[in-house]
Amino acid sequence: MESDPRPSLAVWKFASCDGCQLTLLDCEDELLPLTDRVRITHFLEMSSAEESRERATLSGAGPYDLSLVDGSIATAEDVGRIHHIRRISRRLVTIGACATAGGIQALRNFADVEEFRAAVYASPEYIATLDTSTPISAHVPVDFELRGCPIDRGQLLEVITAFLAGRKPNVSGHSVCFECKRRGTTCITVAQGVPCLGPVTHAGCGALCPAYGRGCYGCFGPMVQPNLEAMVRELRHDGMTERDIVRVFRTFNAASPEYGPVPELAAQEATEPPAEEEPR
Amino acid sequence: MSHRGSRVLRLDALARVEGEASLHLAVRDGRVTEARLRIYEPPRFFEAFLVGRGHGEPPDITSRICGICPVAYQTTACQAIERACGVTVDGPLAELRRLLYYGEWIESQALHIHLLHAPDFLGHPSAVELAREHRAAVERGLRIKQAGNTVMEQLGGRAIHPINVRVGGFYHVPAPAELVPLTERLRRAHDDALETVRWVAGFDFPDAEYHGPLLAMCDPGRYAIDSGTPAVMAAVAGSNGPAPVRALPVEEFERRVVERQVSHSTALVSELDGHHYLTGSLARYAVSGRWLHPSALDAAREAGLGDPATGAVCRNPFRSIIVRAVEVAHAVAEALRIIDAYEPPSRSYVAVPPRPATGCAATEAPRGLLYHRYAMDADGTLTLARIVPPTAQNQAAIEDDLRRQVQSRLDRPGEPPGDEELTALCERAVRNHDPCISCSAHFLDLTVERG
Repeated sequence: MESDPRPSLAVWKFASCDGCQLTLLDCEDELLPLTDRVRITHFLEMSSAEESRERATLSGAGPYDLSLVDGSIATAEDVGRIHHIRRISRRLVTIGACATAGGIQALRNFADVEEFRAAVYASPEYIATLDTSTPISAHVPVDFELRGCPIDRGQLLEVITAFLAGRKPNVSGHSVCFECKRRGTTCITVAQGVPCLGPVTHAGCGALCPAYGRGCYGCFGPMVQPNLEAMVRELRHDGMTERDIVRVFRTFNAASPEYGPVPELAAQEATEPPAEEEPR
Repeated sequence: MSHRGSRVLRLDALARVEGEASLHLAVRDGRVTEARLRIYEPPRFFEAFLVGRGHGEPPDITSRICGICPVAYQTTACQAIERACGVTVDGPLAELRRLLYYGEWIESQALHIHLLHAPDFLGHPSAVELAREHRAAVERGLRIKQAGNTVMEQLGGRAIHPINVRVGGFYHVPAPAELVPLTERLRRAHDDALETVRWVAGFDFPDAEYHGPLLAMCDPGRYAIDSGTPAVMAAVAGSNGPAPVRALPVEEFERRVVERQVSHSTALVSELDGHHYLTGSLARYAVSGRWLHPSALDAAREAGLGDPATGAVCRNPFRSIIVRAVEVAHAVAEALRIIDAYEPPSRSYVAVPPRPATGCAATEAPRGLLYHRYAMDADGTLTLARIVPPTAQNQAAIEDDLRRQVQSRLDRPGEPPGDEELTALCERAVRNHDPCISCSAHFLDLTVERG
């Protein structure tokens, strides 16, 4: 395989539902053509080839031209593993909300993990886990972060082809609102008063929820520089309570630092007198 | 190997299972003394953080337990909450729900058959290598998988973690014209699925038999997926006649199915009335096989699975690949039937007002029976969540199967098997059960202790 000119691709899994790495297998039309261009050398979900078994030993395999990392860091062992993977990867890209923002399992970051452990396990002492679930970037440098719970198939292919071509992926940081406009969907907040996180949520899904008559629930996490103050005010205007607002931000990208001020913003609004009808 | 590692502990709640596994096998004087499947996926604590959320949230949140079967989690969560609130979803909404579930079934089973399982039978490490020799078969599998994904994308918004599911129904129900484009793809998938049944039926199947009880949903008259009552088909007791089936009302599930924590796994291990048991395709085929769509039933008979109408049961885990292929043919035929008969409901959902209550439900995820229970207070805030996934239920049965298969190999006359051969045997045995994608997908870290 030494003479194989194809760049090598590795897919690694940490704490996650597997959905983001499954997205690669969901590229039904592109999967076999893609393997003409890249050598998928480590992908446990797909291959039992000897070189795919590095999880067992972490000894010497690689280096990999591109590593895709799915999942968050939730155990002490995984802290060591991500450092090793960084060392053997020329480029490292995180895929999905778990790897990029800690995932839904980062809800533990706001709670007492001992209580969580005891709620689920009769003998919690057997369960080795960190008190936090953190994104990959909290541990090692990351070359690119692809957002989404789950990621979008088209964006994944763009990221892989961009890295293989040595260029920057064409994934912009604007909001879901842009995608709604492009799709021609009538704004459900303006037209129906449905609460929607579209104005502060990172694009990538193609504005799915509004197209199905549902407000965006933020599964792609924060856009670049979201205006949360205005967003929280609008959500309250559309009928969400303080508790609803905190909950909707605390789901799949709960640990995103951009969302830090939300509880305070939601509480501030709650103490204000009922607002007059605001001009939109 | 420490003695402590095999200690069994009492447990009253369960873990999330999704991901990778290793195996520990101990052989002493030619006897398998221990076969442990160790699931070391980090715990994710879903049941803990569901408490305090609203009763409309479980479909979105629990779908994130599994990227491969999110609809199974969404459907089961919806049904459990609806039952707690005394609401019934029927008619076209129930049919649409079933259609979405069939989409997931088609996608997930096609993935397992073609990308994960078939390479074992043909001596390849992955579908990519398999495609060099059997390109048409792999492309056919990807086409079937894509048909399933297209159903999920059209009806659910996307294939992984669909966004269009809510307690009580959907956010948006399609006009018939929106479903029509699916039919052409599904018709092709039906031909493809029948071809896949013939393809996998021609593989070489080692002798093996799972002897324990089988658990699957039962809904007389239909091949149960999202409806019915859990039913147990008793263990084989040395007779060739049909094994007795008895109902296990879903309300009794947690009394009869007891989960234990074992120190070697973050997954909880279930026992049914004190015994390990198997759920999944073999169990479904045993309980509901006679109610398969006629085209799938014919394909099953032709593939050598016998006639379930006369009590034929498949207990060879290696042949589960044929049963899965038959199930794909059934799911495609049923999806076409639903689309043909579809008349849009007047509303996209039934209102589900909260009340202080508890509700439970079970459905058939592609890998087996999935059980949810939720308790809520008057404003719908969840006070309890219990989820028993198929992998946790199958873990003890898989370990038993491993023990038997390795022992049977060791008992064969001739040169004793080497570690490599045992590893390959164990990996195949685990993949037969499709315990979850990472577990079943070609990775097992095997340690053998010989004494």
